[in-house]
Amino acid sequence: MTTAYIGKSTSRVDGRAKVTGEARYAGEYEAPGLVFGHVVSSAAAKGRIRGIDADEALRLPGVLHVFTHENVPPAPAAEDSFQDDVAPPGSPFRPLQSDKILFSMQPIALVVAETPELARHAASLVRVAYDREPHVTELKAELSRAYKPKPREAIPPPPPPRGRPEQAFAQSELQVDAEFFMPAEHHNPMEPFAATAVWEDGRLVVYDKTQGVQNVHGYLSGALGCSPDELVVRSRFVGGAFGSGLRPQYQVYLAALAARQLQRSVRVSLTRQQMFSFGHRPATWQRVRLGAAADGRLQAVLHEAIAETSRFEDYSESLVDWSGLLYHCPNVALSHKVAQLDVYTPIDMRAPGAVWGVYALECAMDELAEQAKLDPIELRLGNYAERDQNQDRPFSSKELKACYRQAAEKFGWERRNPQPRSMRKGDLLVGWGMAGGVWEAQQRPATARAVLSADGRLEVSSATEDIGTGTYTIMTQIAAETLGLPIEQVRFQLGDSSLGKAPVEGGSFTASSVGSAVRAACLELQEKLLGYAAAIPGSPLAGADPADMLFADGAIRLRNAPESSVSFAEAMQHANIDVVETTTPAKPDQSRQQYSCYAHSAVLAEVLVDEDFGTVRVNRVASAVAGGRIINPKTARSQIMGGIVWGIGMALEEESVLDHAFGRFINHDLAKYHVPVNADVNEIDVMFVEERDEIVNPLGAKGLGEIGIVGVAAAIANAVYHATGQRFRDLPLTPARLLS
Amino acid sequence: MNGFSYVRAEDVTTAVRRIAEKSGAKAVAGGTNLIDLIKCDVERPQRLVDINHMNHMPCGSITVCDGGGLRLGALATNAEVARDEQVRARYPLLSEAILAGASPQIRNMATVGGNLLQRTRCPYFYDTATPCNKRTPETGCSALDGFNRNHAILGASEHCIATHPSDMCVALAALEAEVCVSGPVADRTIAFGDFHRLPEDLPHLDSNLESDEIITAVELPAKGFAEHYAYLKVRERTSFAFALVSVAVGLEMQGDAIAEARLALGGVAHKPWRNRRAETLLEGRQASRENFQQAAEAMLYGAQGYGQNDFKIPLAKRAIVRALTQAAAGVQRQ
Repeated sequence: MTTAYIGKSTSRVDGRAKVTGEARYAGEYEAPGLVFGHVVSSAAAKGRIRGIDADEALRLPGVLHVFTHENVPPAPAAEDSFQDDVAPPGSPFRPLQSDKILFSMQPIALVVAETPELARHAASLVRVAYDREPHVTELKAELSRAYKPKPREAIPPPPPPRGRPEQAFAQSELQVDAEFFMPAEHHNPMEPFAATAVWEDGRLVVYDKTQGVQNVHGYLSGALGCSPDELVVRSRFVGGAFGSGLRPQYQVYLAALAARQLQRSVRVSLTRQQMFSFGHRPATWQRVRLGAAADGRLQAVLHEAIAETSRFEDYSESLVDWSGLLYHCPNVALSHKVAQLDVYTPIDMRAPGAVWGVYALECAMDELAEQAKLDPIELRLGNYAERDQNQDRPFSSKELKACYRQAAEKFGWERRNPQPRSMRKGDLLVGWGMAGGVWEAQQRPATARAVLSADGRLEVSSATEDIGTGTYTIMTQIAAETLGLPIEQVRFQLGDSSLGKAPVEGGSFTASSVGSAVRAACLELQEKLLGYAAAIPGSPLAGADPADMLFADGAIRLRNAPESSVSFAEAMQHANIDVVETTTPAKPDQSRQQYSCYAHSAVLAEVLVDEDFGTVRVNRVASAVAGGRIINPKTARSQIMGGIVWGIGMALEEESVLDHAFGRFINHDLAKYHVPVNADVNEIDVMFVEERDEIVNPLGAKGLGEIGIVGVAAAIANAVYHATGQRFRDLPLTPARLLS
Repeated sequence: MNGFSYVRAEDVTTAVRRIAEKSGAKAVAGGTNLIDLIKCDVERPQRLVDINHMNHMPCGSITVCDGGGLRLGALATNAEVARDEQVRARYPLLSEAILAGASPQIRNMATVGGNLLQRTRCPYFYDTATPCNKRTPETGCSALDGFNRNHAILGASEHCIATHPSDMCVALAALEAEVCVSGPVADRTIAFGDFHRLPEDLPHLDSNLESDEIITAVELPAKGFAEHYAYLKVRERTSFAFALVSVAVGLEMQGDAIAEARLALGGVAHKPWRNRRAETLLEGRQASRENFQQAAEAMLYGAQGYGQNDFKIPLAKRAIVRALTQAAAGVQRQ
């Protein structure tokens, strides 16, 4: 199929606005009389607030109010008033609604003042007395209390066991039995959470950092007990979120609450330290047992996981399902449990579940390859799953074999000496490791609105987000391509709760869901334009079959006689209309239900290990991705590269350190919570494997937000084993761990 | 963050007076550490005396001293010192140590004086919700049984196991620099080794600078060990991370033998760590692995881990051996 824009590298349409500072973020909106809130965070991890003394703060000129649980108006009592679309089962946290402390750094007061500095100063003068109660924050100590969580919407519990896994494992010639412990991690987007609630014509317009304006809109009307019409939520630009913005965070509730109480416009920005006060990737314990015949053929896969959750919600993610999916195996047992800790509820973080689950599986596979004396890629090819055994369905498409092959060729994998410690570069040990990756290709219902003006400008919109992923750009491409307009004439709008219904921006389903809606809306415009064009007296298109039409360059043409054309403008002029518009929903096609839809990847990594110092350098990473149709290779490559860089951090650096004495994340700033710096990132090769998929959605695109990170940490850990001959299963692989 | 007044001092005398006349007054230069600490409520100055405009004397310049050494004005930025041609030619150890620290943006702001006075990066020191003897005396040390992966293994006390975070100071300790300070009564010079303190039972004091004194310059002796030196830093990521262990070495070689040795460690103690005994073990002896190992053992004599940082003891020894090997070979000489 010929294409003008889809599949072509396209620079971000919002790039200029971002680099010039024209793009405004939630904490940058101004308003007449704007005042500023600073959050006071709990020093205790559990207990009750005995008293809050805000007198000293309130005595400062310019301090307007200190909101605490003692003086906020009671929130609606209904159990679900603080629910949101992404909330896991349980009772969501209610900021400032009680004296109860549920987690360290819980927001317990909001100081509002005329300047941000004054608010921050005043916040430091608020004295809080606690009745502390013993807290528990150590997952390893709570494993025996783990239980099956209530299932989350759209995240079913693992499938029931198949075959006789325990028996098959016991009888297997080759056995791997490995435990893994993963630390908690925080998203740490560059832009801290902030919200500015602005009064405009009697309505509260709330600019928020979020991945779902409509989710925040619904949450706020519930939590504030107001009519949805009294609020608009906007989020035009987001400086990274990675899942942390899927649920409304407390700054938006506090800003809106304060704005309503004080009848002033209010901004609340969190500090970097406070970015460690809410959802995080859960600390997770895992055990993987693999049983195989001597030739490496899998006989049994048993994967258990226990992850932390809070006392008030059952957070769960797809942790272990991948182990029943990625390889062909007749005997499989998968178990996922959670244990409650005195922490905030974990929240989805880039490739939630898959990064830890696939890490454990792919490291165990590496151990099995060694036992079977097989190349790790050969082992995987020998156990390749042609069918989804979890659901007993075929895949809509699966080009994972091509991923292995292309990544291996690019990397030069055939030169790998399988013997650990056999490869060197000067005094450094060299290790080559690999892993596979997988992520689901979902589609959710979404609606787009498209408005074509007589001057040829097309405005398309949907209440989705661009969290740096390139949504603005690819939606513009899809609209320009579908309707047949030069891309400069197309504008895509998002991030406003009053726009067409869209799911939260996450799960790698935005291209699929919103992209399908944008396409559907533009197809509907086509139909309308064709109707007008055909009705023109003497129209060359009269009576022609719509299937014979070509929409390009702002005109409708006959495919076989392109010189016979009617421009959009002519068609509209004759119909005597200024605009053609449509609001069009798109939902997953029924045919999807008979298939399993997943994106796949193969990741190969080279590490250099300095054994004296326990330092690991990731010298090269090659990643081949099968993600269906790639709408924009340029932004797609950035997505995958970002995932790889994060995978490097996950393997070597990232860790939210909980001090159990205080029940508190203690390395809570970017000097102590390490993410990769430029100097940690070396050669990265990203390849997209040709993959046609007519089932997944009409665009054939699977979404790329998560797949880039899955498998990276496993490839690096396997490379470290290959370099050193030592298995370090727990992450991160810091010098302390390598030298211990 | 607390409310504070701001005054600008145009010369050293005024700066000292402005600091001395008000309790809780602090000098601010680059502000790369102090401003962070103010935002975290760790430092609560009543007055900030901005010394960036002290143009009365050469506080910002790098000049040759009488004895042939080099005088680094207290307000010279880390970037200026690291890139200075004389520093690079005569004291490459110092240049490399500076460039191993922080980020270009921070080095552009941070000053010589401020680098000496930067405070530990112990996470408990930064978090007012936790006890810390350095921040609030006699509240306890949370790091002793806490997250102490990056804490001291030498010279610590039961009151504090924090480390001094500087890279530059490790080189200055090895070079035996002197710190020039001005106070309300008199100016004085402090040997680098006497500038920073060990925590003992007064961990809230990082240095022997009086609260009404300011640093005006750091003087480097003529000898720069430019032929045989090494600055080796082991950290948890390639840049923008504090040292787990760092080693500054300066050697004077006579053939294969070491005539004079300087050895200082960073990331292991409340101050840059020197041990003259380890150096004398090297002097007059061959540059051999065995001798380096002996020096490393001597350097780590009395080292004690606190659990998570136990790995630093063998790590420091290996880093010393490698740094000595590099310095002896003169590999870093261009």
